[in-house]
Amino acid sequence: MSIYRIIVCFTHLDPRSAHYLLDARALGFNNLQRIECQDLYFVEGQLSQEDLQQLTLKLLSDSVTQSALWVELPAPHPDLGTDSVTVEVSLRPGVTDPVAHEIVRAAHEIGIDGVHRAATGLRFQLEGLNADEIKQLAKQLLANNVIQHWKVGNIEPSFPEELESSGAIETISIRGLNDDELFLLSKDRRAALDLAEMKAIQSYCIKEDRDLTDIEFETIAQTWSEHCGHKTFKAKVTIDGGQQTVASNGQPSTVDSLIKTYLKSATDKINAPWVLSAFVDNAGIVDFDDDFEVSFKVETHNHPSAIEPFGGANTGVGGVIRDVLGVSAKPIANTDVLCFGNQNISFDQLPEGVLHPKRIMSGVVAGVQDYGNKIGIPTVNGAILFDEGYTANPLVFCGCVGIAPKGKHKKNPQRGDRVIVLGGRTGRDGLRGATFSSMTMDAQTGEVAGASVQIGDPITEKGLIDVIVRARDMGLYTDITDCGAGGLSSAVGEMASKVGADVDLRNVRLKYPGLAPWEIWLSEAQERMTLAVSSENLSALQELCNTFDTELTDIGSFTGEHRLVVRYDGKIVLDLDNEFLHEGIPQRQLSAVISEQLSVVSEQLSANVDAEKVLLKLLAHPNIASKSSVIRIYDHEIQGGTVVKPLTGIQADAPSDATVIKPQGTRGMKGIVLSNGINPEYGKRDAYRMALAVIDEAIRNAVAVGADPERIAILDNFCWGDPKRPETMGTLVEAAHGCHDGAMLFGAPFISGKDSLNNEYMGADGQRHSIPPTLLISALGMMDDVTKAVTMDLKEAGNEIYVIGNFQPVFGGSHFGLVMGEVNESIPVLHQSTPKVYKALHQAITEGLVRSVHDISEGGLAVAAAEMCIGGRLGMKIESNLWDDVVRVLFGESTGSLLVEVSPANKEKFLNTFKGLPSYWLGKTTQETSLTALFHGFKALDVTVSQLVEAWNTPL
Amino acid sequence: MKPKALILQARGTNRDHDVAEALTLAGAEPHPVPLSELRAGKARFDDYQMLVVAGGFSYADALGAGKLLALDLNSYFSEEIAAFVDSGKPVIGICNGFQALVKSGILPGGEKKDERRKNESEVTLTFNAHGHFECRWVTLKPKSKKCIWTDGLTELIECPIAHGEGNFQTSELFPLSSFVDNDQVAITYVHSDGSPANGEYPFNPNGSLLDIAGICNLQGNVLGLMPHPENHIHSYQHPNWTGGVNGCSGLALFQNGVKYASNL
Repeated sequence: MSIYRIIVCFTHLDPRSAHYLLDARALGFNNLQRIECQDLYFVEGQLSQEDLQQLTLKLLSDSVTQSALWVELPAPHPDLGTDSVTVEVSLRPGVTDPVAHEIVRAAHEIGIDGVHRAATGLRFQLEGLNADEIKQLAKQLLANNVIQHWKVGNIEPSFPEELESSGAIETISIRGLNDDELFLLSKDRRAALDLAEMKAIQSYCIKEDRDLTDIEFETIAQTWSEHCGHKTFKAKVTIDGGQQTVASNGQPSTVDSLIKTYLKSATDKINAPWVLSAFVDNAGIVDFDDDFEVSFKVETHNHPSAIEPFGGANTGVGGVIRDVLGVSAKPIANTDVLCFGNQNISFDQLPEGVLHPKRIMSGVVAGVQDYGNKIGIPTVNGAILFDEGYTANPLVFCGCVGIAPKGKHKKNPQRGDRVIVLGGRTGRDGLRGATFSSMTMDAQTGEVAGASVQIGDPITEKGLIDVIVRARDMGLYTDITDCGAGGLSSAVGEMASKVGADVDLRNVRLKYPGLAPWEIWLSEAQERMTLAVSSENLSALQELCNTFDTELTDIGSFTGEHRLVVRYDGKIVLDLDNEFLHEGIPQRQLSAVISEQLSVVSEQLSANVDAEKVLLKLLAHPNIASKSSVIRIYDHEIQGGTVVKPLTGIQADAPSDATVIKPQGTRGMKGIVLSNGINPEYGKRDAYRMALAVIDEAIRNAVAVGADPERIAILDNFCWGDPKRPETMGTLVEAAHGCHDGAMLFGAPFISGKDSLNNEYMGADGQRHSIPPTLLISALGMMDDVTKAVTMDLKEAGNEIYVIGNFQPVFGGSHFGLVMGEVNESIPVLHQSTPKVYKALHQAITEGLVRSVHDISEGGLAVAAAEMCIGGRLGMKIESNLWDDVVRVLFGESTGSLLVEVSPANKEKFLNTFKGLPSYWLGKTTQETSLTALFHGFKALDVTVSQLVEAWNTPL
Repeated sequence: MKPKALILQARGTNRDHDVAEALTLAGAEPHPVPLSELRAGKARFDDYQMLVVAGGFSYADALGAGKLLALDLNSYFSEEIAAFVDSGKPVIGICNGFQALVKSGILPGGEKKDERRKNESEVTLTFNAHGHFECRWVTLKPKSKKCIWTDGLTELIECPIAHGEGNFQTSELFPLSSFVDNDQVAITYVHSDGSPANGEYPFNPNGSLLDIAGICNLQGNVLGLMPHPENHIHSYQHPNWTGGVNGCSGLALFQNGVKYASNL
């Protein structure tokens, strides 16, 4: 068989080339004169010249915009007659390449049957760089070593080697090992298990009087991983030296499980009748209306995104969508909160082995875009934050909301049901991802963990949605779960935890042969779901799968014997007791140190601060500035239900507080509200108050667009450093405690949560690089009538502006501090009366008394006012004699407060609603398009709206 | 009787439900049908009065948006679709559906049946001038009197675009002036006051030649367009409904098509 190499280039300008040039310049390759990007294809087969011509013209190129040439290998490629240098990049063998798959399929469709295999790549023509710079550019921008290889000049095609499957099983002797050897074994197999856990495995072996197979050991390591088992959140924590904290926060001296003590307990105590499922399933579920229920889950995909940003974020989105499918729901909205390092850091300052934050950001955003847009789910809510703490450990939070008819989700596999795998095939993708994500990364992680990275295939997952929602309506399955971290081991293991199962890995369909049994069992290949299906329903499910081009594989049965049995070709390779596997993990014992928090409020800042300059600087700060360049590459309109969009106002360029979705296919005008709260600046200073503040922010944002404050469910995502360090554990305890108190105050139950720990990076310099304590609170609100929703853009001139809520601005952790230098103060506190304020605001919104409302958050009152002006392209005249400390009022940060626009006609009614609650008249909206502020007659601010718009649109 | 609309579902079609809702509101009876069922003979083109190629990412846009769906249309359904088009029944391709109609040669189509395929090498929808996917609202002007979907529409249409490859371009061989003279430019991008976008971003969001957002065949019954009027059929979908804009301007296009189908 021959291999042909085909190059396709644009005859005019390839739009990708311009982006590569910009990115390269941004990374400092200023000598680069020109870069041209071309598509490279390798086709293996027996093809005539006419076949090749047909293939190239009909399939691989566009005859209006592109030209193509081809050659049979190993002939040298014809000289293109330029003095540019060529770099070629192609995927490593085994990395998912959907385009290559389509080339083979489509070639056969047009009658070119000689095509056997295909591979794709990119080819770059570069001018202006020396040999060393070219190598650097290839490494830093053109290729990612983890999934691709690259070469200066012509690259060789790489097809996966077609090996025969060995079925080889390794036996691991554990019974006779001493402590050191146990520890070494855990490390060698990258199991991330500690000594107590290794000893528990040892006693199991002694009890069963046998050694373990490699697949058994890997299964235990996966089931007991931090990622799957939440060991830290279930640990017994002893708190040290917490005298002062006991006084301030009422923190007891030991905590038996953070989840039970702080998160589940809040949900239990609130006991909201509309919570249908919390913490137990793949996603939390709440009541929507008489017909439907709504589910929500937020996951993190941090470690994979650090080493392969596109693939990491891509599969993060794919994974959380499957979580929602795992509760039998149709996905209707995605959310994405992203944290990156400083975009302008120089290469010399980067720890070894770390990708540049710019590259991480563009890859992550492209990965989110690719999956969400292609699968057809609107990406509607999110945030992007920057901090140097995220340089080596970017955070990628992916959320998904689903909707399902009530009472259709089944979670009860029956003895005799078949174990069915739907969707993509299994390869070496993502091996040991569950344990990998539980480890601290080092400079070698990128290379060693290459196999932990998966690339998504959203179209295959779209097929899963089509099949599963229909199978659900037809009642074809008795249980369902997704294949996420831990692959089949986790999915089948979990489903079989009550009844037991017996599966044969020979039945699993593989992308390519040669996988050892443990690799098949642990593979984290994407786009797979596992179902329990009775034999009678199997043919109906098969028919659905045929219609939607989705593969179905029957790999075994649920036995009712309470053991997990895995075979390879009939021979038993794994036979574990369910109870040991799922309950046998010893509880971790951790200690925490809680340090005293700062509680200072300094008197008054110098009056010499130039408020106008500060405001423009704040608006241009990457945490506050417009995210439209990212938001607009996500499809946020598909499914037709985005009632309040991420960008709003008359030019659709101002930031909404929250998103309102009216789900397609529901009756009435009911809607879902999505918002989030996150604040690493507060997290660095006081984890307890931070937790309260971000819960408040998420709820406030939701209420601001119209959510009913008594119907808000929240989700927690903790991203922390290494919990084995008592100081880190201390902040985690504080934050969990804050979560409890915040949820109780607002009556907002947690319905789901997730933690990602060990977000630390051991640099080659021997220094620890950890992220700031980061808690994301995602809120899922409800509103009875979406047409009552309010947006944050000013609506008309001549209206009144009020501040409502406990507005007590401070500078601790403020963005004022970030742009002007740290101010030694504590972070904002949350006031007990805040829920009442939100209730009153909701009443005012429901009665139609509010023209616009915006929360006061990062950057304080001045930034909130400026954003409202931008939204409506109207002015605001602030005129107040209430406060003396002008800088504090304008830029200090506070919880629990918002700016509200009210028409003069509704002023009385509005104020009545707020009787007994804090509300202050602040000023008026004006036709004259500038934002001015007069305090006691002193003009602190006078900025035109176009200046505000310009500052706010500073590129990230 | 309500006209029955066949909505093609390929692997990766994802705005099928959106357009089904628009057709329902416009008075049709939508039937989303996977290509696999049409291939298996479980559904037939000639049982329907309207044909819709919905938006999405068929085959993940591999090898160019709409390319592989176009290949399917030509490989498996070329006679059925030709018969459908020749019968004069309304056909619409939106976004990915437009791309597939163009890349299969169904649009802009030729004078005679056998000329239809020729155009696949003269017209294309390529990468947006800015080089990336974009989701934003645009203002459209329905222009063609020949096109049964746009004929008689006097109001501007506001609706979102959501595409990365919507830049309409032609080769030098393409008879652009007769194409324009033939009234085949069905819909163009305009400023909010209705004046031509003249290539100005973001009013013309993708760099399309002559601000072209949608084109029709010579017969006028096949329309292809990049924007999504199916996402502006309720007033609460408009980005500025909270500011008092009362919209739904995307619906008229579907009502026009459905009315035409009902009178056939």
